Amino acid sequence: MKTITAQKPLEEILQCLGKSQGVYIIGCGTCTTLCHTGGKAEVMEMKEKLEAAGKKVTGWMVIPTACDELTKYALQENAEDIAAADCILAMPCAIGVQTISFHLQEDKPVYPALNTLFLGLEESPGHFIETCLQCGNCVLGRTAAICPLVRCAKSLLNGPCGGSVDGKCEISPDIPCAWQLIYDRLAEMGRLDEMEEVEPIKDWSSSVSGGPRIVDVDAESGIISGKTESEAESAQN
Amino acid sequence: MANSLFEEKLNSGEFLVTTEVGPPKGADIDEMVHHVDLLKDRVDAINVTDGQSSVMRFPSLGGCLLVKERGGEPIFQMTCRDRNRIALQADLLMAYSRGITNVLCLTGDSVDVGDTKEAKPVFDLDSVQLLKMIKTMESGMDIAGNELKGTPKFCIGASVHPEADFIEPQLIKFDKKVAAGAQFLQTQGIFNLASLRRFMQYASQFDVRILAGIIVLSSAGMARYMNKNVPGIMVPQSMIDELAGVEKGKGLQKGIEIAAEFIRTIKEENLCHGVHIMAVGNENIVPEILEAAQLVKVRRRTGKRSV
Repeated sequence: MKTITAQKPLEEILQCLGKSQGVYIIGCGTCTTLCHTGGKAEVMEMKEKLEAAGKKVTGWMVIPTACDELTKYALQENAEDIAAADCILAMPCAIGVQTISFHLQEDKPVYPALNTLFLGLEESPGHFIETCLQCGNCVLGRTAAICPLVRCAKSLLNGPCGGSVDGKCEISPDIPCAWQLIYDRLAEMGRLDEMEEVEPIKDWSSSVSGGPRIVDVDAESGIISGKTESEAESAQN
Repeated sequence: MANSLFEEKLNSGEFLVTTEVGPPKGADIDEMVHHVDLLKDRVDAINVTDGQSSVMRFPSLGGCLLVKERGGEPIFQMTCRDRNRIALQADLLMAYSRGITNVLCLTGDSVDVGDTKEAKPVFDLDSVQLLKMIKTMESGMDIAGNELKGTPKFCIGASVHPEADFIEPQLIKFDKKVAAGAQFLQTQGIFNLASLRRFMQYASQFDVRILAGIIVLSSAGMARYMNKNVPGIMVPQSMIDELAGVEKGKGLQKGIEIAAEFIRTIKEENLCHGVHIMAVGNENIVPEILEAAQLVKVRRRTGKRSV
């Protein structure tokens, strides 16, 4: 799994930086390095662009995995150069941006240089496709391990719409119809009868609706508990 | 007891004719009023489209109220594109309370094909689930399991695409729609009677009424445009050539002839239970099509109603 990102236009980044003169740049050695959006090469390129735009880059680093707990120590080690900057320009995905902001000791703004797009599967070298909406209620067991929530333009759960033509989606002849893929896969496995089952109306309460989802993982027992005490209790029983 | 005059007619076995009006983009409803007045006594029911092709327009429910006020029989086209389950149920209650009891349950086009591509698509339900939700409401409960004060009753339909190039997944979905309670199915525009015949061989095993969708083409250009831009539409080249072969300005006349011939054949061969005429922007020519198809009849305007 990789978090797929794209760089924001330089104009937007400069607008975001505003009056900040000193900038500290942070890249990430994992997903954004693989996407060529926030690895070492892109950090160096960004440094040049910012300097050309009249900014002073007080320093830079590429954290091996910016969403990791170790980010805290990387920030501490580079505290001096960070202190000299007015802000941080972060080139990891949004999770890395928030990890940096969370662990940053100083009172400085952290600006994202990238847009975080999706969790991607690399179907062929360099070709990524969105795979998971993180809806919290997985349907893959009933859809031949192809997620219709992200692969279908309408997130349909009960089969294709009338816009499916030549096995392609109505929004583009380059996008396969998710339900054609599911149908073909089920047919190959001789399990087409499963497609006749009506998928009930989805419970979205496990998704982004209603605030952030929070879980607690016990390092020893591996028990995961929900955000309320009663849920935690029932998980342990 | 039937839930609507249209349901009564569905059960009567007579050959049905429905059509549709597309609400305006803007607050001026004069043209829609004109179309409703022109058509209400000539067809068995009038569909009002719901932001067709994902273009922002005057709402379907508002158009249905208008049909009702003018003495017509509305079919409320309801898509899942713009409303979540809370708003869909609320609109259904509103519809029922105003005597709008025919609902065509549709998924809706992708936001990407419309004129407001930046909108957040909803699609909280799909068309099968919308049918099921209506059945739940008819049992006196909302979708969350709460009791309703006053139970609505509807006559519900859905769409089907007999000309899909790969029909099997569409037929599975058709099965699901029938199982979910669809009483009638309107087909996507039919341009090839052979595909309708094939589909009806399959569909006739189910207790459901099928209305063949007839799109009236006005020129070869329109046909080509629809093939390219309207999801699911496939006008065959021979028909495009036929339209291209007529004198300039006579395209619509040719389109009317083609549509009327289709309707006549469908009725004569008793292929399905009726037709749904989509004149896309040319609603005023529907009477002419009916005349050419020899389908002019005086339609009953009152019926037994349970509400």
